[in-house]
Amino acid sequence: MSASSLVTTATQERALLSPKRRRLIGNGLSFLALGAVSLVMLLPLYLMILISFRTADRAFVYPPDLWFTSVTFENYPTALFRLLPFGLYVRNTVIIAGLVIVGDLLSCSLVAYGFARFRFPGRDLLFGVLLATLLMPFVVRLIPLFILFQKLGWINTFLPLVVPSYFGTPLFIFLMRQFFLTIPAELVDAARIDGAGELAIWWRIMLPLSKPVLAAVAIFSFQNTWNDFLGPLVFLQKADVKTIILGLYGLMGMQAEWQLVMAAVVVAVLPLIAVFFLFQRFFIQGITVSGLKG
Amino acid sequence: MMGRSGWLARREALYGYAFISPWLIGLVVFTAGPLLAVFYLSLTEYPILSEPTWIGTRNYERIFTADRAFLVSLINTAFYVAIRVPLHLGLAFVLALMLHRAVRGIGVFRTAIYLPSMIPIVALSVIWRVLLDPRNGYVNYFGGLLGLPQINWLTSTDWAKPVIIFISLWQIGIPMIIFLAGLGAIPETLYEAAEIDGAGAWRRLLYVTLPMMTPVILYNVIIDIINSFQVFAYAFIMTRGGPNDATLFYVLYIYRQGFEQFQMGYASALSTILFLIVLVLTLIVLRSSRSWVQYERI
Repeated sequence: MSASSLVTTATQERALLSPKRRRLIGNGLSFLALGAVSLVMLLPLYLMILISFRTADRAFVYPPDLWFTSVTFENYPTALFRLLPFGLYVRNTVIIAGLVIVGDLLSCSLVAYGFARFRFPGRDLLFGVLLATLLMPFVVRLIPLFILFQKLGWINTFLPLVVPSYFGTPLFIFLMRQFFLTIPAELVDAARIDGAGELAIWWRIMLPLSKPVLAAVAIFSFQNTWNDFLGPLVFLQKADVKTIILGLYGLMGMQAEWQLVMAAVVVAVLPLIAVFFLFQRFFIQGITVSGLKG
Repeated sequence: MMGRSGWLARREALYGYAFISPWLIGLVVFTAGPLLAVFYLSLTEYPILSEPTWIGTRNYERIFTADRAFLVSLINTAFYVAIRVPLHLGLAFVLALMLHRAVRGIGVFRTAIYLPSMIPIVALSVIWRVLLDPRNGYVNYFGGLLGLPQINWLTSTDWAKPVIIFISLWQIGIPMIIFLAGLGAIPETLYEAAEIDGAGAWRRLLYVTLPMMTPVILYNVIIDIINSFQVFAYAFIMTRGGPNDATLFYVLYIYRQGFEQFQMGYASALSTILFLIVLVLTLIVLRSSRSWVQYERI
């Protein structure tokens, strides 16, 4: 139904308030509602930080307080070094995330370039397959992947989490392809005429022009790897290869005191929030592209 | 001339295949292969340390006739999806509408509402586990001030599932941002035309915004159904599937069969059923979209 077919069913009877007035009130109400929702959304994060700085004797205070009273920094070293080897977990997570980001950036940009800039039989069909795999729940493949990695002797190494990223991640390939399509073909053609090889064009022309999408993919890749739970839970069972999220899960099982648990949660969450604030622009762009051009 | 362009086309195709070859290999090894394997393994008995033995459809027979936990987990998950998806997307849509019209503060509000979506579900679950502590948690204290009953939420068979749905609403950022971008893509001229025709705010929402947003809504609905069907960590961390299987979700049940009971064949049969359910649901939503999604763009 098009807008212009809305013949004047309009109402004059509600003209008590002028449209301008009504809009102003509407905006005001939105503003208040958004403020309230924002507070509610942030409340658990605030309490997480609050509890993480509590002294042990105040941890179970009732009624619970909403402000920083009897602050201590002791929970952090205790949670991170005495309860569980969180330093090791952080190291493991950083290694895995670093290797995955490199893998995703390299493989996805190569594949995306192939889809965006070359014509070959079956291309659209294959791209359809790529989009279809986006919809397949990861769990469906979990059992065979576990058996495969076990046969390869990869359980309790980082390989099951790292190696697949070197063979492309569908969502990121899709994001990059959409971006590559917006780069003028003349640039590529000019380089070709100058005798540049296809790999050189990908590396020296496409990638430098694609920094926003590369940044978005790097951030998403980091976030996914850092947050991943089911993969590490299944593939990393020995203590010395665990990730930080597995460490949090371990803390729950130990019935550790709440203020220590919260200190560990803060440490697990802090890098994500830092990355978010540093690169918020790329985030929003990336999500927008992934959602809209599908 | 023809020969040369044919040669060029072949060269271009070869390069194309070469560039996408990492993904093609990955598709075979990490996606298509495992998918075929899961179908095959679902027809075997396969305790992890021995070899798979062919048992035909016996796993499925047991699942459909003698496995109460399967039924419970399926019903729990269907409940979660059916309640959560409309709440989650409805709230995301309303928030996006408000953010879209807000002139001032949009950046601050958007960041604040998006921030919890950055938090790993495991971390969110741990935080809520603490806040929901029945004796001295924040929820019961402030709930008590508001006159709410003092309940051990996570050990109540009635409340555990609704509470998990409630907590999952903190991760609303991604659909909200997608809706927001969709709203931004609606041409302003449509609203102006509607306004000239005398349409008030409510009618503009109903006859301009909603129809124009249907493709974005379709995308969010499909993604949200698929994601919600895979709910796992909330229950795994906060309730361990309890109390009395009230939060035994489908993926948690697969995990238990596969990695606690080590019944790889049986877990594969459960995985195959999940695959089919998600596939059929997606196809149903896509099919239904023909009657409600508007693709004309102006």
